[in-house]
Amino acid sequence: MDKLKLIIKREFLAKVKNKSFIIMTILSPLLMVGLMMLIIFLNQKNSEEVRTVVFVDESNLLASVFTDSNSTKYIDLSALGIDEARKQTEGNYYGILYIPKTDSLVNLSKGIAFYSEDTPSLNLLSSIENKLEKKIRNLKIEQLNFDVDKIKATETTVEIATENFVGEKSSKIGSILRMATGGGFGYLIFMFIIIYGTSVMRSVIEEKTSRIIEIIISSVKPFQLMLGKILGNALAGVLQFIIWMISAGLLLFAITYIFGIEAASSGSAIGQMNPEMMQQVQTSSATELQLALQEIKNLPILTMFFSFIIYFIGGYLIYSSIYAAIGAAVDSETDTQQFMMPVLMPLIIAIYVGFSVIENPHGPIALAFSLFPLTSPIVMLMRIPFGVPWWQILTSMFLLIITFIAIVWFAAKIYRVGILMYGKKPTYKELYKWLKY
Amino acid sequence: MNTILTVENVCKNYGSFTALNNVSISVPKGSVFGLLGPNGAGKTSLIRIINQITLQDSGTIFLDGEPLKPQHVHQIGYLPEERGLYKSMKVGEQALYLAQLKGLSKSDAKKKLKYWFEKFEIGDWWDKKIQELSKGMAQKVQFIVTVMHAPKLLIFDEPFSGFDPINANLIKDEILKLRDEGASIIFSTHRMESVEELCDYIALINKSNKILDGKLSEIKQKFKTNQFEVGLISNEKEQLLAELNEHYKTEKSISSQLADELRLIITLNNGDTSKDLIRFLNNKAQLNHFTEIIPSANDIFLKAVANNG
Repeated sequence: MDKLKLIIKREFLAKVKNKSFIIMTILSPLLMVGLMMLIIFLNQKNSEEVRTVVFVDESNLLASVFTDSNSTKYIDLSALGIDEARKQTEGNYYGILYIPKTDSLVNLSKGIAFYSEDTPSLNLLSSIENKLEKKIRNLKIEQLNFDVDKIKATETTVEIATENFVGEKSSKIGSILRMATGGGFGYLIFMFIIIYGTSVMRSVIEEKTSRIIEIIISSVKPFQLMLGKILGNALAGVLQFIIWMISAGLLLFAITYIFGIEAASSGSAIGQMNPEMMQQVQTSSATELQLALQEIKNLPILTMFFSFIIYFIGGYLIYSSIYAAIGAAVDSETDTQQFMMPVLMPLIIAIYVGFSVIENPHGPIALAFSLFPLTSPIVMLMRIPFGVPWWQILTSMFLLIITFIAIVWFAAKIYRVGILMYGKKPTYKELYKWLKY
Repeated sequence: MNTILTVENVCKNYGSFTALNNVSISVPKGSVFGLLGPNGAGKTSLIRIINQITLQDSGTIFLDGEPLKPQHVHQIGYLPEERGLYKSMKVGEQALYLAQLKGLSKSDAKKKLKYWFEKFEIGDWWDKKIQELSKGMAQKVQFIVTVMHAPKLLIFDEPFSGFDPINANLIKDEILKLRDEGASIIFSTHRMESVEELCDYIALINKSNKILDGKLSEIKQKFKTNQFEVGLISNEKEQLLAELNEHYKTEKSISSQLADELRLIITLNNGDTSKDLIRFLNNKAQLNHFTEIIPSANDIFLKAVANNG
C-alpha cells in the first residue's frame, strides 16, 4: 500500500510539474474567458453600429412602417426617385430599399428590392420583411372593410403544458436542462478519458523508452505500477478540472462585475430585433422560469451525482488501463496508431449515440448503448436526467464493474509482458500470446 | 546456512519457447557468482525470476534459506542490462523515490544517498536532471541506486557496459568491496576477462540449460588439458623436435621465443606427471621455460558451449 502511495505521488507530481500541464491549466481558463470577452465585445460593437437605410416608396403606402430604432435609422428619399436615390446612397448609407409603384395591394408585395454594397445583414432584412408583411396585411384587411383591432383580438398563442403521469410538470426548458446536464456530464467523461488516458499511455511509453521500467518492477509489482500511474494521472486531471472550474468561475464573476451592465444591455439589444417575439417570451417566461426552477428540483440530482462518480471511475479505469496496455505493447508513440482506433471507436459512437439519445431517451438504441459497458459511462449519464428505471442503472453498473475487472486483468497481463519487450512491433496475435505467459 | 540463494529445478516457458529448462544453482554467501552464457541463453530470464519480475512455471527459489517472498525484493539490489532513469526527474528526487520503493524510510534514504554521493564525488548533481548528465554519469547514479539499500544479494547484469575504463575500474573495486563487507553478488556477463578478475564461482547457461557450475578454480582444474608450454635451448632444433615427437604429442607455441629457443606445447602422456616430463626434457636440452597451461574462462566458456552443441 505504501508503495502504491509512493507511485501515485510520483506520477501525480511528474504530471503536475510538467510545463505543458502548468501552461494548459493556467492558459485554458484565460483563453476561454478571453474568448467570451471577445464575443461580448464584438456583440457590443455590432449593436453600437447604427445602420442608415434609405428607402424609396413609390407606392406611398408603406413609409409609415419605417420608424427609427437604436440600431437602424431610415431616410425617406422617395422624392428623388430610385435612380437618383441609389446614386446618393452608394458609399454614404448602408443600403436602399425600393418599393415599386403598383396598381393593387395584391401586387404590392412583389418587386420590393434592397440594394447594398455588401450582402445585407439577414437580421435587418427579416425585420424589414416582418414590418412590411404586417403593414400590407393590415392594409388588405382594411380594404376588405374589416376592423383591424377585432381581427387582432382573434390572434391566439397556444402553450401546451406538458405533465407526466405522476403529475410532475415538465417544460421545454426542463428538457433543455436535462439535455444540457446529461450531455455535459457525458462529454466531460469523454474528454477526461481521452486526455488522461493518453497521458497514462505516454507515461508508460516514457518508462519503457527510458529503460527505467525494469528497475522499478524489481521493487514493485507491475500491477501496482500500472494502478499507481492510472490513479496519479487521474488525480492530476481532477486537480486540473477543479482549478479550471474555480478560475473560470472567478474570472466570469470578475467580468460580469466589470462589464456586467453593458453585457446585459447588449443582451437586450439582441432581443430587440424582434420585439413582438420578445414580448411573447416575456409573458410566458415568468411561468417558464418557475417551471424551470421546479425542473431543477425535480432532476434526479442525487442519482445523477452518484452515477456520475461511478461511471466516471469505471469508465476512466477501463479505458486508461487499455491505454496503459497499449503503451506497454509499443516502443514509441508512433506505433500506437493501429491500437488507438478500436479504443476511440466506442467512445466516439457513444457520443454520437448520446446526442440521439437525448431526442429519444428511452428507445431501444438508448437502452442498448447505456447497458453496453464501453459506451454506458457516456450514454447512461446522458439518459439519467430523463429518468431511468433502477433496474437499468443497476444492470448497467453491474456490467460496467464486471467488464472493468476483466479489462483491468487483461490489460495488466499485457502490460506485465509488454513493458519488458523491446524492438518488436506487436500484432494482435502477439498480444493474445502474451495473455498466456 | 552458507548459501544466500538457491535455485532448484526452475523451468520457464514463453509459449512454446523454453527459456529455462530445469536450472539449479546455488550462490555461496560472500562470493561473486558469475552467471555466464551466450546471448539468449536464459540468463536474463533467470535473473528476472530471482527478482520476482516474472514467475517461474515450476521449481523453487530460496533466499537465505527462506522460500522467495514479495518482501524479499528489499534485500535484493538489481542493475538490469536494459537500464535507465526518468529523464526529466532530478537526480536526488529520483534516487529518493527508488530508495523508498526498496523499503527505505525517507530519512534513511537521504542519509545513505548522501554517503554514496560523497563517495562518488557527485554531491552537486542532486538537483540536476538526468537528461543533463552524460551516459557515464547516469550510470554512476544507477549504480548507487542499486546498492544504496545495502541488500544481501546484488545482481549485476553487464554492469560495465557504458563505462569508460576508469569508471569501470571504480565500479569493479566497489563491487569487490561490497563483497568483502558481506554482500553476495551475482554477476552476469559474456565478457570473460572480467569474470577472471571478479568471480569466485560460475555457472554457465547455454540454450536454456545449465551446463556447468562450481568454483572457478575447480572448474579450471577440471578443464585442464595436461598441457605444458616449454622453452628449450638447443643448437639442433630439428633433431630435438623429432626426438620429442617420438615420445610426446607436441605443437608449436604461438608465443614469442628467443633466437635459439624451441617453444612447444607438450601434452603429457597418460599416467605421466610433470616431474617425468621435466626429467625427460632435462636430459635432452637446456630447459629455460616451463608452465602449465591453465584454461582461461574464455576457453572454458567456448569449450563448454561447443561440447553442448
